[in-house]
Amino acid sequence: MNPKKRRRLYFAIAVVVAGAGGAALVVTALRDNVLYFYSPSDVVEKHVPEQVAFRIGGLVQTGSVKRGPGAEVRFIVTDGKRSIPVSYTGVLPDLFREGQGVVASGALEHGGVFRASEVLAKHDERYMPPEVVDALKRSGRWKEGQTQ
Amino acid sequence: MTGEIGQLALSLALALAVVQAMAGLIGSRAGGSQAAAIATSSAFGLFVFAALAMGSLIFAFALSDFSILDVAQNSHTAKPLLYKLTGAWGNHEGSMVLWVFVLAVYSALIAFTRRGGERMTSAALGVQGLIAVAFLLFILLTSNPFVRLDPPPFEGAGLNPLLQDPGLAFHPPTLYVGYVGLSAAFAYAAAALITGDADAAWARAARPFVLIAWIALTLGIAGGSWWAYYTLGWGGFWFWDPVENASLMPWLIATALLHSALATERTGAFRVWTLLLSIIGFSLSLVGTFLVRSGVLTSVHAFANDPERGKFILGILVLAIGGALALFAWRAPRLQTGSAFDIVSRETALLSNNVLLTAAAGVVFLGTIYPLALDALTGHKLSVGAPYFAATFAPIFVGLMLLVPFGPRLGWRRGDIVSALRILLPVGIAAVVGAIVVLAIVTPRSLAGAGAIGLGVWVIGASVVDAVRRNRERTFGWSAVASALAHAGLGITLLGIAGTTVWRSEAMDVLGLGDSLHVAGYDLRLRDIVAADGPNYFAKRAEIDVSRNGASIATLEPETRSYPAEGQAKAETAIRTTGFSDLYVALGDERGKGRWLIRAYVNPLAPLIWLGGGVMALGGLASLFARLRVRALAPQSYAAAE
Repeated sequence: MNPKKRRRLYFAIAVVVAGAGGAALVVTALRDNVLYFYSPSDVVEKHVPEQVAFRIGGLVQTGSVKRGPGAEVRFIVTDGKRSIPVSYTGVLPDLFREGQGVVASGALEHGGVFRASEVLAKHDERYMPPEVVDALKRSGRWKEGQTQ
Repeated sequence: MTGEIGQLALSLALALAVVQAMAGLIGSRAGGSQAAAIATSSAFGLFVFAALAMGSLIFAFALSDFSILDVAQNSHTAKPLLYKLTGAWGNHEGSMVLWVFVLAVYSALIAFTRRGGERMTSAALGVQGLIAVAFLLFILLTSNPFVRLDPPPFEGAGLNPLLQDPGLAFHPPTLYVGYVGLSAAFAYAAAALITGDADAAWARAARPFVLIAWIALTLGIAGGSWWAYYTLGWGGFWFWDPVENASLMPWLIATALLHSALATERTGAFRVWTLLLSIIGFSLSLVGTFLVRSGVLTSVHAFANDPERGKFILGILVLAIGGALALFAWRAPRLQTGSAFDIVSRETALLSNNVLLTAAAGVVFLGTIYPLALDALTGHKLSVGAPYFAATFAPIFVGLMLLVPFGPRLGWRRGDIVSALRILLPVGIAAVVGAIVVLAIVTPRSLAGAGAIGLGVWVIGASVVDAVRRNRERTFGWSAVASALAHAGLGITLLGIAGTTVWRSEAMDVLGLGDSLHVAGYDLRLRDIVAADGPNYFAKRAEIDVSRNGASIATLEPETRSYPAEGQAKAETAIRTTGFSDLYVALGDERGKGRWLIRAYVNPLAPLIWLGGGVMALGGLASLFARLRVRALAPQSYAAAE
């Protein structure tokens, strides 16, 4: 085998090995680390098990926000059909409001409370997270022409 | 008037771009000197009119001319002048004008420097012209910033307050110099394929542009991450947000391209691969533009939610990538392969670098695209978060960092691994000892953290040793400075990332006036909450006295601001840097009368993250300077080589 051919062979082997290694990494990492998005109706209908991480989105039910003790906040996320209680300890986003859209990531605890590790709100008054819009549309509570 | 001048300038720019594209491509053929001259003049003309369009838009923003829709929707009279000016590109339409302006600057630079000779310059200008035509059409048909509004409103809608920040004001231009700079490498690669002149000359011609793009991307990414760190209030510096990934992918490919182009111009190795990388690099810039501008993502960066725009950019993307790859498939097989090299050589080291960097870009790409593709195909909504990227990106980068020190110590074509190992052995010992010391002393004990510190010491130490050796061997020129700085910068950033991720301390509590919070030996006492209103916002400022072991150190003043015009809010964190450690305090929301949520972090080594980015950029500058010096010192030999 002449040097050029040999070099090409090495190159091909390197690419195949790196490609296979990368693919294996990606597949295992994707299997373990994706977060599905569920609306409150999905959570109830699909019987999402406890301690499985996912994201939930909907509206913060008016009058449901309870602050304390300490840095804990409890509120209810609703899509108009179903509601899920959420507990979160931490700083709320600047535009977290009752009656507005919210997306939280975390998992269900024993007793059906969603313990959130992160809460995201829309970042301005004109904007609604698209997942929330989608969830409201599916539950039939979305009015066309609503703020977007 | 301004609007009409801008509109006219854009239309004339389009006409000139069409001429530049056609004349450039015709001028790339043998005997096309006249057409090539026309392409050159068109490039200068394009630059003038793109500058005029950008200038008129900035002028309209400065005057708050609300008879222009774009200004009315994105500006406000109460905004400080700086943010009025930078607000010109803080919106979709304006940012696309900036995109085209930067493209025109690169076209003019290509026309002015005439690197690679007349035919290659002409072909490159032709390709740049085609890109300019596509983006000018995009602006004029879907995103015209000069559309009039009648009657003009009394007041504008304002600019997203997150963008009203000195750090972020110049973030878009910096990133665009990077993104669009890769178009020059793309244009030269296409020019090499068109003219069939794909030996080392094109790589030499393209390299300064790749360097400029790489420096700008490095600074843009570091700046964006610094901004996220001090404004978002989470104490984090990187979130694996799709928009961040959109800038990281071109950076990874540009880094690979810098290294492979080095081999191509030096020994002619990896010719085909370097061409392909140039195409991939700019393609990822376009993918980034598509992700950010099409509204498929929602983030600070996504101004537009117009599917028409998304489709248009997708069209440009398909044409550019498809066209370039077709050209590549047609011409590349005819290219000669470069000279041979040993398995132990600089070339092999660069090859490993390229394989790893490309794989890293690949896993980031898959993690970014997967949720979008799945949503489009099945309607399932999911997100791929930081754990995926940590699991895939980190191992690849560890491999890369282990190999980095060997590259500069191996010779071209045939390297001496024994001598390289002998030189690097003390550094290796220092790194292992460093890791063991960290593991033994620093709490909480972390194997990953100790390993990362050892790896950082390994890369930085090797850069120092390399510089010292070269100085003794009298081969210490600007290019050696460049590689030593760039590699050391990478190591410095790694130290910062390790310190912040592994050894961060965090505390959070609801405090009334006079209450205290403790974090990592610091005592934070909330003295007062005062009003601190600015020109266009209302703010609450916390006055927090910081003491350590009873001794008062400082007063930190984090704020939360609400912007009535925009109906938005943002937090201003307070950061005190002591040596290599950050004390970071953010003011949260009010929890009951006079009681506020305060969040505090101590982030050890955090400043090193951005310091490393700056050192890397300096390395890039040194490499650019090396080129200019070569040219200045030996004009004849350089011209002959070109």
